[in-house]
Amino acid sequence: MLRLFLVLNARLALRSGRILLSVAGIALGVALGFAVHLINRAAADEFALAVRSVAGEADFEVRAGRAGFAESLYAVLSRLPGIAVASPVVEIEAAVDGGRGALKVLGLDSLRAAQVQTRLFADDPQRIFALLEPDAVLLSAQAAAAFSLGEGDRLALVVGLERVELRVAGVLPAETVRGRIALADIATAQWRLGRLGTLNRIDLRLAPGSDPAAMRARVEALLPSGAYVTRVETREEQGAKLSRAYRVNLSVLAMVALFTGGFLVFSAQALETARRRGEHGLLRVLGLTRGGVARLVLVEAAAIGVLGSAVGLALGYALASLALRTAGADLGAGMFRGVSAELRFPWLAGAVFFVVGVAIALAGALLPALDAARAAPARALRSGDDQRMFERLVSVWPGFALLAGGGLLTLPGPVQGIPLFGYAAIALILLGGILLMPRAAIAAFAWAGMPRSVPLGLALAQLRGAPGQAMVSLASIVASFALMVAMAIMVSSFRQSVDTWLNAVLPADYYFRTSHAGETVYVDAAFEARVRALPQVERLELQRSERLTLDPARPTVWLVARDMAGGGVNGGAKGGDPLLPVVGERYARKPGDPPPVWISEAMADLYGYAPGRRIELPLGGAPRAFVVEAVLRDYARQHGAVFIERAEYVRLTGDERANDGALWLRPGASTAELAAALRALPGGAQLDMADPGEIRKVSLSVFDRSFAVTYLLEAVAVLVGLFGLSSSLGAIVLARKREFGMLRHIGMTRGQIGAMLAAEGGLLAGFGAFAGLAVGWAIGLVLIHVVNRQSFNWSMELHLPWGLLAALSAVLVTLAVHTAWLSGREAMGMGPVRAVREDW
Amino acid sequence: MSRRRFLAALGALALPGAARAQGIPAPRAPGASGASVAREIAYPAVRPGVRLTFPRDHGAHPAFRTEWWYATGWLRTARNEDLGFQVTFFRTRPPFDTDNPSAFAPRQLLLAHAALADAGLGRLRHDQRAARPALGLAGAEAGNTRVWIDDWTLALEGGTYRTRVAARGFSFELAMQAQRAPLLHGEGGASRKGRRAGEASHYYSRPAMAVQGRVERGGAEDTVSGVAWLDHEWSSTLMAPEAAGWDWIGVSLDDGGALMAFRMRGKDGTDYYAGGTWMQADGRVRGYGPQEVAFLPQRRWRSPRNGTEYPVALEVRLGETRWRIEPLMDDQELDSRASTGTIYWEGAVRASRLDAGEGARGGRGYLELTGYWRPLTL
Repeated sequence: MLRLFLVLNARLALRSGRILLSVAGIALGVALGFAVHLINRAAADEFALAVRSVAGEADFEVRAGRAGFAESLYAVLSRLPGIAVASPVVEIEAAVDGGRGALKVLGLDSLRAAQVQTRLFADDPQRIFALLEPDAVLLSAQAAAAFSLGEGDRLALVVGLERVELRVAGVLPAETVRGRIALADIATAQWRLGRLGTLNRIDLRLAPGSDPAAMRARVEALLPSGAYVTRVETREEQGAKLSRAYRVNLSVLAMVALFTGGFLVFSAQALETARRRGEHGLLRVLGLTRGGVARLVLVEAAAIGVLGSAVGLALGYALASLALRTAGADLGAGMFRGVSAELRFPWLAGAVFFVVGVAIALAGALLPALDAARAAPARALRSGDDQRMFERLVSVWPGFALLAGGGLLTLPGPVQGIPLFGYAAIALILLGGILLMPRAAIAAFAWAGMPRSVPLGLALAQLRGAPGQAMVSLASIVASFALMVAMAIMVSSFRQSVDTWLNAVLPADYYFRTSHAGETVYVDAAFEARVRALPQVERLELQRSERLTLDPARPTVWLVARDMAGGGVNGGAKGGDPLLPVVGERYARKPGDPPPVWISEAMADLYGYAPGRRIELPLGGAPRAFVVEAVLRDYARQHGAVFIERAEYVRLTGDERANDGALWLRPGASTAELAAALRALPGGAQLDMADPGEIRKVSLSVFDRSFAVTYLLEAVAVLVGLFGLSSSLGAIVLARKREFGMLRHIGMTRGQIGAMLAAEGGLLAGFGAFAGLAVGWAIGLVLIHVVNRQSFNWSMELHLPWGLLAALSAVLVTLAVHTAWLSGREAMGMGPVRAVREDW
Repeated sequence: MSRRRFLAALGALALPGAARAQGIPAPRAPGASGASVAREIAYPAVRPGVRLTFPRDHGAHPAFRTEWWYATGWLRTARNEDLGFQVTFFRTRPPFDTDNPSAFAPRQLLLAHAALADAGLGRLRHDQRAARPALGLAGAEAGNTRVWIDDWTLALEGGTYRTRVAARGFSFELAMQAQRAPLLHGEGGASRKGRRAGEASHYYSRPAMAVQGRVERGGAEDTVSGVAWLDHEWSSTLMAPEAAGWDWIGVSLDDGGALMAFRMRGKDGTDYYAGGTWMQADGRVRGYGPQEVAFLPQRRWRSPRNGTEYPVALEVRLGETRWRIEPLMDDQELDSRASTGTIYWEGAVRASRLDAGEGARGGRGYLELTGYWRPLTL
């Protein structure tokens, strides 16, 4: 037995390179999956903590958008029997002067808040009174750090286009409140941030013994239009929903990496068991059972899995902490502004990923193990019998069935906003494609005519005659290449669509905005008049944006009120759309219809709105009727936007302020002159200005940044796949030493054999690239029309990056040729006689 | 007289001088952009010789810095349980003002405190409220006594003070009938509180009121009756810096008279200032100066929670009279660190006359002991 052990050990040492590769594959998969999980968790935890730390122990919150509601509602709710405490709040995302971003100002009545948000004041009751002083704010530790402010410093905010200075009365301990928060007295916030007479949040604590459901109904009955009752838990979920689709996408990418790792194990073990048929036969003869042989293979795979998982967990943790430090919890996607995450090692999740890594390694080795066990010892001891594994895989029906199933799975809608069926469809299409490969390859190579070149002919003959070994390589090529192609097609389609969209939505010569930071900055009617009076300005179109909550369980949607070129809603057919590309058909307005709104695709998907549908929006404190005129493509606002004409908005709300402006130059004027003139206006320095070119550039760089992780994961998956390809090709070649000896004997030169191997590799990779392109194209379509649409509610046009695909294919084929040729040189290192005699 | 909670709370509001040091901007010309304009408040001073007129002076005096209505008393249930109760409404005017037109601008603040001493429980039940007079949810009216925070109220209607308190674990609704004219302390209601001129308050009491009502404890309700005392005091000065705390008693005497005495204890351990008033049954009132009042501890109780020792039994001397003060129960300590940052003792006490002079032989009232846990810092 000891001897047997030594033999096995020796084999193991020979194979250490390939084992290392398998370990690396599993490790990468586990690392990516674990890192994505860690980052997600850190982000979600941090978001929940941030929500919770400012929400306190309220049973309910009454909330409304920026416009809020009259403060008298607070007195009404406060007197309601069954309400123990009502705490009035003004919550505003305020711009910090100097373009330094925004922080959330919580205007509280500290005397009331102390009974609801006890943790804000429990450790230091003096804060209750410190907050009452004029202009006092208490900063969260994160806000103090982000804006480099300390006690006694001035916090300069921008309201309208004016600077408002508040006094930092203290910095809260880090554990008291999370996120970039400034606490202020409610009177200070109302006055200094221009919110006199209004509130937008009331925290309610119920008296002991009152029935929450009944109280909720009673409170809801008292609310004006646009205000709603919510719970802290709902808000936490809403926060998680904001980025869930994005996070699920990342997790799926990590799963792809893990899958590739499993595939690597499969290809390595398949080749290994094929090469070790003799060894296994010998063991069987020596008394090892079939199960014993299978276990031997599986134990080896498990060892690979354990090693890979362990390395993967460590790597994943390191990766996650690096990512969190450098890119933030949202990995550059801009979803958790002002929230900084903290990383802990979650033992349970770690254990799960460990087990998954081992399981995938075992699953990868399952087929080879069964195959090794099934072989009859006597036959296995003879050489030349190593092609049986794929015999059962040549039937085309399973492959076609999987493809058809994948096609069907593209039809259902998302599950809770997650395109589960879409992901399943991708998995089926990929698997189906791989299963069809052996048969397709055999057919393709059979169909090809016999070329005159001897090496090429031999290569083709080899692939036709003994396809089994090559099929492992082919499958790994197709799997990784198809995924790579699909991602490339999706990203390029998306980017191209965004680019086209940007061109369409930026027709003016120059733009300014105030909405880049917080809700407090705006231009008023006086400023508007000043801009219109500038000699450089031919035309000015303004836009006012506001968040609406149509469904408290969902993220808020944007209401965008826009000046429209056509001069109005009631101006007939050419009313003018809000500058965004219309998708689908347009509703022809009839006499008597309410005013029109345009909706983004997300609204159509999430709320089921369609052209012609009458909807109600809470505007100016009352529900207003509108009719949907058309659906627009809007890449800027993921969770939905409703566009209305600004004149209509002003009529309904009396709000003449605006956030963004588009300017057309008078002939002869330059944008530089215009920019200088705007900046010279009172308050003009607070505007963020840019020409369309800059906006495009910035937008596309934001796009690229948010796909950075996707690119990275994709690159890793491809790398793993290519490793797999080269290792399996190399193994095939090494397994054929005897054959090369024979060929040398019958007169072929080393060069010819090298050329033959290179041709084999090239043919294989070429076919693989072709098949990968086909499968990848199909998966790309699913990504674009199902996964992306259902995750982000954005449609896009298919755009094939031919150049990139051609280059990728060329790299693939070159690599295969090169690997095959190099392995051939190594295999032919020994003399032909020894090579022929080597028969194990 | 029980200024402690109020003062401790107020101490957190920066004084005008301190506020400037912390960066509240000095008054500026209107129109200066950026920071808002904060003004220092000029509080009226307490001057002897100002005649108190009623019912006007029963109402709030919002110009003064601090003011409180402080009702205490003994209650007896139908089962002959003795209970002590206390309900206080404080009004304070913060030392700054701005042009802020917000309904929430904190130009006045109200704090309320209620406690129930129950020998059966062995410790106090207590709760508090704080609010600003915004949107009518809290307020202190001028003209006559009417103060409220949400559903906690105290109001003088006819000759009866009515108070209603719904707190955590207890609630009460009491009617206190004032039978006599207000008892003015000091010089016509201007009571000296320290050695400096201006360390004084306007101060009168409504002693020996017959009280009736309901008390609810943990869901069980009792009809109660007893004797109550109400203080109304307003001032613009804080405690003298030399003082560490004070002892105070207010006793409704069995013969219908009343006894009030206080001393400010210096940080050096000596008495910094003292005073008192004794009203006899026939309405004769005598005031006592600092030299005539003494508080002599007879028995100390040590708090098992924080180790603070309080002289819960005392001998109090006013002139030649000597009174023995004994608590309803020893543990009437209040931990209000969470709201006002301090711990003190305030509870129902019995008084009995020790000397053989003419007049009342005893009574029931309240004792307040502050600054024993730590000196009050203002």
